Amino acid sequence: MVLDTSKDLATGTPKGIWSWLTTIDHKRIGLMYAVTALVAFFIAGFEALLIRLQLASANGTLLSADAYDQLFTMHGLTMLLVVVMPVGAAFMNYFIPLHIGARDVAFPRANAFSYWLFLFATVMLLSSFVLGGAPDGGWFGYAPLSTQLEEFVRMDFYSIGAQLLGVASIMASANFIATVFTMRAPGMTLMRIPVFTWMAVVVSFLLIFSLPIFGIGLWEMFFDRNFGTHFFSGGGDPLLWQHLFWLFGHPEVYVLVLPAMGIVSEVFPVFSRKPLFGYPFVVFSGIAIGFMGFGVWAHHMYTAGLGPVAEAGFGVATMLIAVPTGVKIFNWIGTMWGGKLRFELPMLFAIGFVSLFVVGGLSGVLHSVVPSDYQQHDSYFVVAHFHYVLFGGGVFGYVAGAYYWYPKWTGRLLDKRLGLWHFWLMIIGFNMTFAPMHILGLNGMPRRTYRYPEGLGWEFWNQVATVGAFIIGISFVIFAWNLIRSRKNGRIAGDDPWDGRTLEWSIPSPPPVHNFDEIPVVSHIDEFWHRKYATDEEGRSVRMPDVTGGTISSETATGGEDGKPTVDMHMPSPSYFPLVAAFGIIVTGYGLVYLPGGWVAVGVGVLVALWGFFGWSLEPVTRNGNHD
Amino acid sequence: MTSQAAPVEAHEHHDIRPVRKAAMWVFLGSECMFFGSMIATFLLYRNETGAGPGSEIFNVGFTSASSFVLLMSSLTMVLAHNAFEKRDARGTRIWLAATALLGITFIAGQIYEFTEFVNGGLTLSTSSFSGAFYMLTGFHGGHVAIGVMLLLAMFFLSTEGRLRDDGGLNVELVGLYWHFVDIIWIVIFTVVYLLQV
Repeated sequence: MVLDTSKDLATGTPKGIWSWLTTIDHKRIGLMYAVTALVAFFIAGFEALLIRLQLASANGTLLSADAYDQLFTMHGLTMLLVVVMPVGAAFMNYFIPLHIGARDVAFPRANAFSYWLFLFATVMLLSSFVLGGAPDGGWFGYAPLSTQLEEFVRMDFYSIGAQLLGVASIMASANFIATVFTMRAPGMTLMRIPVFTWMAVVVSFLLIFSLPIFGIGLWEMFFDRNFGTHFFSGGGDPLLWQHLFWLFGHPEVYVLVLPAMGIVSEVFPVFSRKPLFGYPFVVFSGIAIGFMGFGVWAHHMYTAGLGPVAEAGFGVATMLIAVPTGVKIFNWIGTMWGGKLRFELPMLFAIGFVSLFVVGGLSGVLHSVVPSDYQQHDSYFVVAHFHYVLFGGGVFGYVAGAYYWYPKWTGRLLDKRLGLWHFWLMIIGFNMTFAPMHILGLNGMPRRTYRYPEGLGWEFWNQVATVGAFIIGISFVIFAWNLIRSRKNGRIAGDDPWDGRTLEWSIPSPPPVHNFDEIPVVSHIDEFWHRKYATDEEGRSVRMPDVTGGTISSETATGGEDGKPTVDMHMPSPSYFPLVAAFGIIVTGYGLVYLPGGWVAVGVGVLVALWGFFGWSLEPVTRNGNHD
Repeated sequence: MTSQAAPVEAHEHHDIRPVRKAAMWVFLGSECMFFGSMIATFLLYRNETGAGPGSEIFNVGFTSASSFVLLMSSLTMVLAHNAFEKRDARGTRIWLAATALLGITFIAGQIYEFTEFVNGGLTLSTSSFSGAFYMLTGFHGGHVAIGVMLLLAMFFLSTEGRLRDDGGLNVELVGLYWHFVDIIWIVIFTVVYLLQV
């Protein structure tokens, strides 16, 4: 006999637009993050292509200086805050509960609210292009340039947009931390949770502690611009902004790359058919990176004149942070060493991640040496460095995750031929674009200049970089096509296409709304692997005949012999209040951008938001009646 | 949570108090950085008074009195929580109302104080000092105001008999938030009003 609630859940997956607008299912929210981030990636990528076209030859004429400023600012802002961070959030949303054996995150409606606020803030930032001009002071928004009022709203869009993205991230992070620390399945001790989820925890703590600092900096900028305060100008100190910004900005770098490190830590063991080499080392290295990430911010400010003692201290700290990062690299290589390697697409991208990240990491160590950094500061060498870390590292890792988990999302595999085209075009295009920037930077080409004169020897490598950028663009068009096409036409994946090791592969693809028919009881790291394989006397893994993947036990969802249900599930009901609250806040945000005329919108927005929050607090969590 | 015996039961939403408390603690950690950044800003600009008045404009006696009011509200909050734990609905209501009232008194004192300062020539845009002062104390006042709204929400839920201790906000969480706002005020009061070097 199948229990009432689970029958509803198992058979009737809700459909239609309304069900997506009111969903509080962590899996759907994860997918919405992913799709939004992918769309934003194409927008920000298009901006990058315009920048590259402008710089393809000396004295470029495609863009005005003003347009160029807006484009490079928005390229940075969008890629960091609207693409890479949310794609991390997409994976975290989808897989944290699956990894720890939970039915949902701790606060499903707050989770939905985080997504909607993120989406609206994204729309707000992008809408600035047609509503008075996009932010043009760089993603770092240095004062006093950012507090100038010649352009009425541009940096207001920056301060409010980033502020709201930050609020969404803080809520999501508190949610993830509460989920991992209090909702783990029985036996899922902290040192058994998958590395990806560990990295998600570290990232959440980084955001929790770094975003408020940025938030205050943004408010101060906003007050300077709109209420005539003197935080950064007129008696204030512009250096304060730099400190506040980089106290957030540096941990942010690890926020962007740690989830990717978590993903490849999942991919390498599966495709090497070996457990992760030194699981505790990888975990504690991640935690160490998180701690040290708060102690190196001033290495972005060497040329601001902090004095030799501070510079030496931050220089040493920056060199030290390379150590836990290096530990992880050796662990990944150690995982592959002697394994039975399968070069499936996720594995290729993961190897790409490690290779390119090492290059970016090494150029990062060069920056930690203060005199050397004086030479490289504000040159294209820095651009090369952080693209190797964030694109070569971050994006390769996330794409590896997409190929790895796409079968879990859709039940189908991505096309391998298209995937190979994607991989090779991406890795070739990437190196063509960003490797020459090392040379350009060392030859003195400055960042953030919209044109350069002839005869400095920069033309050739700039042309190469532009061609490379278009190759990256083509590779991602192929990727997008693959994602769309394989959803209907891909090969059927089954529950466990890669012979996976973690719990998400033990449930159907795509997973049911309630994730697990029965909450698993965990006794190992790589729990699912140990359910499939035993170890013989010589230490080799032997497949156990009776478990073939799929649901752990299909019988447990039904009642016992007396008809008494053994599974008592109350999945939280859908709710539109998170959407309402987020909408109210974004109306408030638009009002703040257009002060003083915007006070009306602020008032309306606050009322709408209050309606959303009160409705949210007062509605019962489950509406199907039998909640105690 | 790690009991092997009752896998499903241990995991259901029936007792989600630890979950909510964990999230609240994490949120308060975030708030520490929020106020810490503003306190750092204030310390940087403590003497950047420009042509405007400096800390001599403060009336430490008055602010000490309103600080005392706020600290006493922590006591009434503890009593409210205590009554709630004992299922004493009437006591809970009384102490919640008392806490909210003390909070409102504090906010009223702050409004009075700000008015006096503005009349004395210290506006938001007078100097870096004034901006940092108003931002720090103003954001704190905003936190007190939000706390008062939460307390009143608890109060009205309690009169309808809908006060829960499972899902949603509860007295304990509001209490955590309220004590945090009080403790932050102790730091702010010390840094802003007492440290006048």
